[in-house]
Amino acid sequence: MATITLDSLGTRVRNPWIAFGLRRTWRLLASLAALVTAAFAMIHLIPGDPVRAALGTTADPALVAARRQSLGLDQSLPKQYGDFVVNLLHGRLGESIGAQMPVSGIISGRLPATLEIAVPAFVLILLIAVPVGMTAAVLTKDGRRRRGELAFTGVTGFLGAVPEFLLAVGLTAAFAVAWPLFPVASRGGPDSYVLPVLALTVVPAATLSRIVRVETLRVLGEDYMRTARAKRLPARLRYLRHALPNLLTSSLTLGGLLFSSLLAGTVLVENVFAWPGLGTTIVQAITEKDYPLVQGVVLVYGAAALLITFVVDVAVAVADPQSTVRGS
Amino acid sequence: MPHHDHDSSLRHRLGRTLRTPIGITALTACLLVALVAVLGPVLLGDRAARIDTDAINQGSSAAHLLGTDQLGRDIAARVVVATRLTLRLTLLAAVIGVGGGLLLGVAPAVVGRRLGRLITATVGVLVAFPGLLFLLFLATIFGVGSTGAVLAVGLAMVPPMARLVQNLTASVAGSDYVAAARILGVGRFKMVVRHLLPNIAEPSVLFATQATGGILVAFSGLSFLGLGVQPPQYDWGRLLNEQLNRIFVNPAAALAPGAAVVLTGLMFGLAGEVLAQAGGRRAPQAPEPARGQQPNPSEEPATDGDGVLVRACDLRVTFPGGRQAVRGISLDIARGEAVGLVGESGSGKSLSALALADLVPHPGRVTAGTLRFDGHDLRDDPRLGTELAMVFQDPMASLNPALRVGRQLAEVAEVHLGASRAQGAARAVDRLRAVRIPAPERRARQRPHEYSGGMRQRAVIAMGLMGEPKLIIADEPTTALDVAVQEQVLDLLAEVREDSGAALLLISHDLAVVAQVCDRVLVMYAGRIVEDLPVTALLGGAAHPYTRALVGAVPTMTTDPGTELATIPGRPPEPGETGGGCPFAPRCERARERCHRTAPELSDFGPDRQVACWFPVGTAAAGGSVAATSYAAEATS
Repeated sequence: MATITLDSLGTRVRNPWIAFGLRRTWRLLASLAALVTAAFAMIHLIPGDPVRAALGTTADPALVAARRQSLGLDQSLPKQYGDFVVNLLHGRLGESIGAQMPVSGIISGRLPATLEIAVPAFVLILLIAVPVGMTAAVLTKDGRRRRGELAFTGVTGFLGAVPEFLLAVGLTAAFAVAWPLFPVASRGGPDSYVLPVLALTVVPAATLSRIVRVETLRVLGEDYMRTARAKRLPARLRYLRHALPNLLTSSLTLGGLLFSSLLAGTVLVENVFAWPGLGTTIVQAITEKDYPLVQGVVLVYGAAALLITFVVDVAVAVADPQSTVRGS
Repeated sequence: MPHHDHDSSLRHRLGRTLRTPIGITALTACLLVALVAVLGPVLLGDRAARIDTDAINQGSSAAHLLGTDQLGRDIAARVVVATRLTLRLTLLAAVIGVGGGLLLGVAPAVVGRRLGRLITATVGVLVAFPGLLFLLFLATIFGVGSTGAVLAVGLAMVPPMARLVQNLTASVAGSDYVAAARILGVGRFKMVVRHLLPNIAEPSVLFATQATGGILVAFSGLSFLGLGVQPPQYDWGRLLNEQLNRIFVNPAAALAPGAAVVLTGLMFGLAGEVLAQAGGRRAPQAPEPARGQQPNPSEEPATDGDGVLVRACDLRVTFPGGRQAVRGISLDIARGEAVGLVGESGSGKSLSALALADLVPHPGRVTAGTLRFDGHDLRDDPRLGTELAMVFQDPMASLNPALRVGRQLAEVAEVHLGASRAQGAARAVDRLRAVRIPAPERRARQRPHEYSGGMRQRAVIAMGLMGEPKLIIADEPTTALDVAVQEQVLDLLAEVREDSGAALLLISHDLAVVAQVCDRVLVMYAGRIVEDLPVTALLGGAAHPYTRALVGAVPTMTTDPGTELATIPGRPPEPGETGGGCPFAPRCERARERCHRTAPELSDFGPDRQVACWFPVGTAAAGGSVAATSYAAEATS
């Protein structure tokens, strides 16, 4: 009898997976559609005439008309939207007003610089936050070392409250001006990467390590950790094999938002360090009213944020099928 | 109206929290910032605006604390004066954000269902994007400048605020009094004002306060990027923007506006913290009671007899403050013997078992005169991993959800028996088969959530069988299972004992289970063993009034269904509240003066029996039989 119920359970387990996959994919597609629509709508939501605003009030009317035509603004709205989506699917993002270059070319030229600081920062955040948070939890579990706990929450709380760009300024003042260990700004040799990556890392790492600590404390209190103790496993195995996978899934869920905000953090940090990435590009484009370029960068950032959230969701679901089944 | 007394008590709690150090700091900081914002431009406005072409780009000096900018204006004065504009724009954006968030958040509860769903879905999509991206998007639409920046920052706060309010209203809207109001035909608008808003006010205010700190930072970021406040106006972000390229020359000038942003942001965070504390979200931690003196365990020269597997003398589990949950118990378990440990919840039976397994959770402390397992001191016996098997109450929780079941079994063999990975895995499959788990090869590769409750408990037992257990400690192993599965697990335990010759310590509050499985029963009350008797004597021959009451409290097949279930009057004492007398005396029908004065020790009572009672049932002690009859009458009434 037991086998029958279990086998029927086995077939039921499969369905939540499909439901989960469909739901998440549907949510991703809907969000992407919203993003594309918003990027399209942006240029039309700008009060007044965007082309005139971009070229200035003294611009030649003929030039304005020509530019309007090249942007397709003289067409009907549905036609424009259709063209926009079709072009997007072919990887065409239009032409920058200021630089007179294809937007896709500018983006592909600038994106690597952004990724070169965002990806190392992402890796570094994980490498710092997980061990630090776990160690803090192990040292302060069961209300031990109250003062150490206070110091940890105080320091990480303060670091988490400092905005990234101000931290970047502080880092520059300290390690480029007061002790000139690293260059002040702009991309150069390997040492020019240190401060931007650090500025991106510290704040999310502090926040994530707090999350990891709380999650570790929760996991350490679980019954299966007592089982591991009952098996007399060495501490190394108990923490690394039994606690780590359980706290990683929940920490990643909570930390998922952190990673997409890391991408946004590059905007400000790049501007502090005059880093030739997408962040400086979008700010410049907004100031110069180069709307096609803004559109393109917004699409790239937005799509990246949505994809990161999607990947984190799926990764968590694969690592912890139980919560997925429960959540559906 | 439930929220009214809530409000008054919140005001009361707020007043109390404001008198704590953190409250005083927050209040002082808020007053200080407000003062600077009001008085700064009045007192230093001229100084901040005065252009001095003789003092361009100076460093820090007595005349100019933070130096001067490219027009010779005093930077320190400009930082102070910028406070007002920064705060004004921040608060303006916060009003937009909070207002918009409230509107969108409450809307789904008020408008029709379809529109409500649409709003919820839209907010759901919007919160998926990072705030700064949304901000830049809006800044593009509204254009560069203060007005555009206020709108952009304010609107960027709407989605997260709306999400919070939606969640809050959803929980309030489902509550009984809102349903009642709806039935009474209260209008939608009135419903929101009278019922929804007051009940979500507290968490909303808390979130808004902390979000305002975020708005300050976001606004400063926009101004820093050159997208916010434009010259000749200036806020902190703009000052930072102007001074950043001079960071080489005058770092203080760039750091000062940054520090102002961080400190003011912290102030908002602190204010939020105070509100949270006042709202009772973080209860202040009770001071830990002073540690009482530890009683010295009385040493007993232990000469383990041949048949004795576990010997504990004067075993105590003490918690901070001197509270003792286990108050000096002594027990022997012979090889192969099945011993039941029974008592009400809180009697210390589970902690005693955990102490025997050296698993008492922090901050509990175990002391004992003797604590021996198979001839060795238990507390540093490395063989416990293979020779002691534990089965816990909740099989749903005692297996690691992230690891495959086979892995969790195999590691015992790998760690303790030096098995290779393959050998461990093979033994795990073999042991799963031994506890009758069907298709063990496949099951070993599954994770616990794919097992049923009974199978998990069998897997836990299999885990204990990875070594060669001499003792199985089972703590309420069947309580969490349904009746049919209970029987299977008990049968399996019996079978395992037969095969391995292991002794069993079975902790249970279920006397029927104990009677079925065990040879001998230990009865615990208030951290002590009050009776030790063979299981055959349990039903009719218990000598301690408490054991009798326990037995009387179990309905049997012959109990008349019409009679009320027997209960034991009163409640067991909390650890630490027992006086000098017998702890059961306040609930005991037979108690006399002596019982209230001095506690009886566990002493021999016939062959293989012990009892801790001055007037045990069934002796010729004066009044004994009379009391027993009246007691029995009482217990069943």
